[in-house]
Amino acid sequence: MSLSVLLRHRFTSARMDMTFEVPTPGVTVLFGPSGAGKSTIIVAGAGLLRPDECRIVVDGQVLADTAAGVWLPPERRRIGLVFQDARLFPHMSVVTNLRFGMRRAASGPVRFDEVVELLGIGALLPRRPHTLSGGERQRVAIGRALLAQPHLLLMDEPLAALDAARKGEIMPYLTRLKTALKLPIIYVTHSLDEVTQLADSLVLIEAGRVVGCGSLSEMAARADLPLAQRDDAGALLLCRVAEHDAARELSLLQGAGATFWVPLLDASLGDEVRLRIPAREVILAGKPPEAISVHNIIAGTVRRIASQAARGSVLVEIALPDGGLLSRVTSDAISRLGLAPGRPVLALIKSTSIEVVGL
Amino acid sequence: MATAWVLARYRFFGRPILNALVHLPLVLPPVVTGWLLLIIFGIRGPIGSLLYDWFGVRLVFTTAGASLACAVMTFPVMVRAIRLSLETADPGLEQAARTLGAGRLDRLFNVTLPLASPGILVGGIVAYATCLGEFGAVITFAANIPGQTQTLPLAIYAALQVPGGESKAAELSMVSLTLALIGLLLSEWIGKRLSVMLGR
Repeated sequence: MSLSVLLRHRFTSARMDMTFEVPTPGVTVLFGPSGAGKSTIIVAGAGLLRPDECRIVVDGQVLADTAAGVWLPPERRRIGLVFQDARLFPHMSVVTNLRFGMRRAASGPVRFDEVVELLGIGALLPRRPHTLSGGERQRVAIGRALLAQPHLLLMDEPLAALDAARKGEIMPYLTRLKTALKLPIIYVTHSLDEVTQLADSLVLIEAGRVVGCGSLSEMAARADLPLAQRDDAGALLLCRVAEHDAARELSLLQGAGATFWVPLLDASLGDEVRLRIPAREVILAGKPPEAISVHNIIAGTVRRIASQAARGSVLVEIALPDGGLLSRVTSDAISRLGLAPGRPVLALIKSTSIEVVGL
Repeated sequence: MATAWVLARYRFFGRPILNALVHLPLVLPPVVTGWLLLIIFGIRGPIGSLLYDWFGVRLVFTTAGASLACAVMTFPVMVRAIRLSLETADPGLEQAARTLGAGRLDRLFNVTLPLASPGILVGGIVAYATCLGEFGAVITFAANIPGQTQTLPLAIYAALQVPGGESKAAELSMVSLTLALIGLLLSEWIGKRLSVMLGR
């Protein structure tokens, strides 16, 4: 099953020409600078803006296809849209807000009690929107959108208006939602944290164009994309907890065809976790070092070397059996080790410099 | 309400003209408005003659005529209040309602109008108060017939013309004052209640 989007539109000051296809269900994050065209995809997806050319197909269901003259108005499209500002109806209680879309939709798989439970908003039901905190309001807005039984959920920077503490409060609900509901979600953000924690697929957008599209781990391990230009560039790996070594206070994680030791995790065996390995923390070696504190010595192959002249460094893409790593080193290191695409290399990663997210 | 809606939401050719027409009675001397009404709705006027021939309805110098004169005079006040509240209503909420499956009328009755209700109400009350005080347009168009087309100020004015009518005029003035005060307090109170309800 897949979600495919094509959008061409000419604004007075900018041109949009974007196409991508991602697997469903799952969270597809549209990532890029402000004004790149992320929100255009959202409003076109919801039907609030009619682009010159647009085709959106979710799991074989055509929601819009201007070439074939198909353009459902927002009220008949069954798309859930969560805005940056919650946009709850101020003259209704929380429960009436939640039921607004539900009463107008055909019955579907999303149940009221389940959504209330999932988002932890049971205690808020009789209250008025203006008495809620920003985070609570946003949770209610998400619930309201879900209860309209959408085919596709669009979220336009739902956390951007919240402070860091509120973001932290709402994030666990989003990750729960993602696993509990088998619903395709398009999520717009320019926060790398949200990408790391939520994304299954990543679509990179710049100046009205898609510059990269693929699974999160695949995209994060590419040295030639805008993500790699960031100071905090790094690989993202999906792993499972394979072993706990309580005596050494370490946990062993398995993923991308390799294993990683990290400080002991509070997770069950088999749990899925996400690892972020910043490129600047990955040391490269030609042969295994001896008597070294580093726990993880991972064999891979150099796939690409991208020079980043502005930083006076290069970014090395290392292929693992089922994924990849990034390492930022100097060009001198490259020539000393004689690295080139296709050559084997060892990546040395301290267990403490691996960030475990999504727990 | 429809006029306010159109003026608040749409930009079209002739909008300034409609806007000016609606607001004309506010600036025009009331006597002139009354006279214009007399010309248009009089027995021999373009609309008045049709009404008389087809339905046998005569507006000039009748209670219905007094009501019409009041309505025309208070129309701009109402349109203004409603339009202001429609303009301040957040179009984002209507968009949200759309994505939740609410059609045009559904949105109007369940989102837009409830949100604009304080403005509509205040508009109504102010219009009511203005109606009570209508003088010039009524006396010109519907004359001053006690029990039929006599508004409060007309009665007060008439009482003052009669020797020894001061006490009657004072009584009527007190009635006028009370009604105006009740109207204002009521609008204040209801406006506050609605605002609390709307979470502002």
